[in-house]
Amino acid sequence: MSHAHEHAARGGHHGSLKTYLVGFALSIILTLLSFGCVMTGMVPHHLIVPGLMVFCVAQVLVQLGFFLHMGIAPEQRENLMVMVCALIFIAIVVIGSLWVLHNMNAYMMPGMSHG
Amino acid sequence: MTSSVITADHGIAAHDEHAHHDDGSKTLLGFWIYLMSDCLIFSALFATFAVMSHAYAGGPTGKDIFDLKYVLGETMLLLVSSFTFGMAMLNMHAGQRRKVMVWMAITFLFGAAFVGMEIHEFAHLIHEGVGPDRSAFLSAYFTLVGTHGLHVTCGLIWILVMLDMVRRNGLDDTIKRRLSCLSLFWHFLDVIWICVFTFVYLHGVL
Repeated sequence: MSHAHEHAARGGHHGSLKTYLVGFALSIILTLLSFGCVMTGMVPHHLIVPGLMVFCVAQVLVQLGFFLHMGIAPEQRENLMVMVCALIFIAIVVIGSLWVLHNMNAYMMPGMSHG
Repeated sequence: MTSSVITADHGIAAHDEHAHHDDGSKTLLGFWIYLMSDCLIFSALFATFAVMSHAYAGGPTGKDIFDLKYVLGETMLLLVSSFTFGMAMLNMHAGQRRKVMVWMAITFLFGAAFVGMEIHEFAHLIHEGVGPDRSAFLSAYFTLVGTHGLHVTCGLIWILVMLDMVRRNGLDDTIKRRLSCLSLFWHFLDVIWICVFTFVYLHGVL
């Protein structure tokens, strides 16, 4: 009990063999599913991209949880806040760039886009 | 004026709370902030790649140059290296110095194999005349994947340095703190690679 308390006090959620094994197995499965989506040709074409997104997000979450030991515990709140802040910046940079340049392409005069 | 008083107060309170053990958790938070800023670099490169992803300039497309089986091999190497580093961390918390060194050496081998495969892939492409100068798509591709490869290379150097430190000094608190930072760095690179193989390779051959 005191051991667990010590862990919590140190903010050290460093997992166990079990969490690493589970995380590793999930990562392998999700990776194979992602590659399988594209390489086997068994998945209907319109479902490939949504499938890839789902598997990608799932695997990032798996790795954040099982390997990087991110969580919602109070002592990890600072880490989580920094990450959420970074995610907002990332969303602005990525979505913003795509949006702006998509608009620019859309307004381009015909024939100019192949310059 | 008021705010500075509050800050000072908060500082004292925080100090009291952690007076018993300076456990390096602030170092880890600082390193985490660095990793998130690194994430921003990658997000800018991903955005660039996304914008350039169809600017082939008459050159080859992703479908022509990407070999998914090869990329799957690279991915597995990196995944396994992430797991073996996890084993090193478990042994570090258990105080098993020798096992830490063995697992880190294994991690190094897998990481080095990954970088080797990537260099081979790049060399092959450039040899075929499909270098970063061929089209905007390829410039973006080489920059994004190359930046990740450079990070992994830095991680490999860091692993070597830490191996030597563990050998010399054993597992004291400083070493543990540094290994924890390296662990975050290594797993973080794995997360970036997940996005790379999804958005660059798999999405690129569609």
